[in-house]
Amino acid sequence: MKIDFTHHQSAHCENGVVSNLMKHNGFTVSEPMVFGIGSGLLFCYIPFLMVNHAPAITYRAMPGAIFNRFAKRVGVKFKREKFKNPKTAKARLDHNLEKNNPVGLQVGVYNLIYFPDEYRFHFNAHNLVVYGKQGGTYLISDPVMETVTTLTEKELEKVRFAKGAFAPKGHMYYPVAFPEELHLKKAIVKGIKHTCRDMLAPVPFVGVKGIKTIAGLIRKWPKKKGTKTANHYLGQIVRMQEEIGTGGGGFRYIYAAFLQEAGKLLGNDKLKELSSEMTEIGDLWRDFAVDASRIYRNRSTKVEIDVYDDVATQLELISNREKAFFKKLQKAV
Amino acid sequence: MKKSEVPQDESNLASTNLRELCYAVDENGEYTTEHTTGWDPKTIALSNAIDEIKERVALARSKVLAGETSPIEYYMELHKMDLSVLASYVGIWKWRVKRHFKPLVFRKLSKKTLQKYADIFDITIEKLQHIDT
Repeated sequence: MKIDFTHHQSAHCENGVVSNLMKHNGFTVSEPMVFGIGSGLLFCYIPFLMVNHAPAITYRAMPGAIFNRFAKRVGVKFKREKFKNPKTAKARLDHNLEKNNPVGLQVGVYNLIYFPDEYRFHFNAHNLVVYGKQGGTYLISDPVMETVTTLTEKELEKVRFAKGAFAPKGHMYYPVAFPEELHLKKAIVKGIKHTCRDMLAPVPFVGVKGIKTIAGLIRKWPKKKGTKTANHYLGQIVRMQEEIGTGGGGFRYIYAAFLQEAGKLLGNDKLKELSSEMTEIGDLWRDFAVDASRIYRNRSTKVEIDVYDDVATQLELISNREKAFFKKLQKAV
Repeated sequence: MKKSEVPQDESNLASTNLRELCYAVDENGEYTTEHTTGWDPKTIALSNAIDEIKERVALARSKVLAGETSPIEYYMELHKMDLSVLASYVGIWKWRVKRHFKPLVFRKLSKKTLQKYADIFDITIEKLQHIDT
C-alpha cells in the first residue's frame, strides 16, 4: 500500500519529519517554526566525550528534544514506541501503514545505503518517514533527500536496530491527537525564552560560554597536542557546524528564518530586526569555517601557532556577539 | 548569507546526485531556501576525516600482519567503529572485546563468539581469521 504523503525536503531531519507529518495532517508548519518552537538552537561542548576521535561539540539540542518540546508546546500528542524485538517492531510498523498512518522512525545512518559513503558514520539520531510498503520494500521519505526513496525489509531492520550511542531500538512515533487550533504564538514565546536561557546559561560548556571555552582550547591544542591533532579537531568543529542538516552556519540561518516568521506572526518588528542580526552572526560562523579550513587544508604541514590564535579570536568575537544578541532577544518577547 | 552567495562547490555529494538545502535571504531580505552542491571548507574537513580513518585502517592492518593485534581491531576500524560501538553491536563488554584484540586470546575464541563478530562485519569466519583472503 502507498499512503498519499507529500515529501518536502528540509535542511535538518528532525524538524523535517515533524514538519512533514504536521503538513500531512493538515497543519502547515514550516521547518524553521518547528526548530524555533522546539528550541533547537544551542552550542554545547561535551567534555571527555570523543566523537570520531575528536572532542564532541554540538550546535543543536539533544536528538529528540526539538520534537518533544514542539509537540508539548503546540499541544499535539505523539505516540512513541520502542522495541526489544525486531519482529514486533516490524509488525507494529506494518500495522500502522495498513491503517494509512505514515510514521516517523529514528534510525542509524551507517547502514543507510542511499547516503553517499562519506556520510555514513555511526550516528544514530537520524529521522525519516515511512509512508508505505510495496512488496517487500518500504517507501521512505527522508527529509534531507531531494526525492523519496526505498529500503528493503532487511535494510530497514538494520538501521532501526543500529547500536551504539543513542541506539534507536526501533523507535517509532506518530501524532495521535491534535488541538483544534495550534497555539503557535504562546509556543513561540516559550521556545524563544528557552533558547535564550540555554545560550546564556552560567555553565562553561554551554551556550556563549561554551563558545569561549572552545576558543580557549583552540589556542592550547597546537602546543599541547601538536598541529596534526589540532587540525583534526578543528576540522571536526567545522564539520559539526556545516554537516548535512544545519542549513549552513551551524543552524544560525534556520533560526534567523524562524525569527523572521515569528516576527510576522506576532507583529513584532523587533524580532525581524533581530533576525537580520542573527543572519550576520551566521555569516561570522561561516567566515570562521573558511579561515579554519585554510589551516587544516594541509593536514600535517607545519603551521604558525598564531593562525590558531586568529580563529580563536574570531570565535571569541562570535561569543560576544551572541551574548549581546540573546540578551536583546530575551527582552524582545 | 544571501541567496546568490549559497556556495555551489564541487563535493562528494555529486556522486549520488544529492543536494542539500540551505537557508538564505533573497534580495528583499526575506528568508528562503536554496540548494547547495557543497562547500569547500566542509568538503575538506570531511575528506580529511576520511583520510584519517584510512590511516587508522592501514595502521591496524600492519599491526595485524605483524602479529601485534587481532583482525577484530582491523575490521572495527574498517567499519568506522570504535570500541564502544563494536561492543554494543556484539553485545560483549568492552574490556572483553579489548581482550579479544590480543592475538593469543583471539586464536582461542569459540566458534560462537567468532560467528558473532563475523555477523557484525558481514563476513565469513574464514575471512575474519585471515584478513588477506
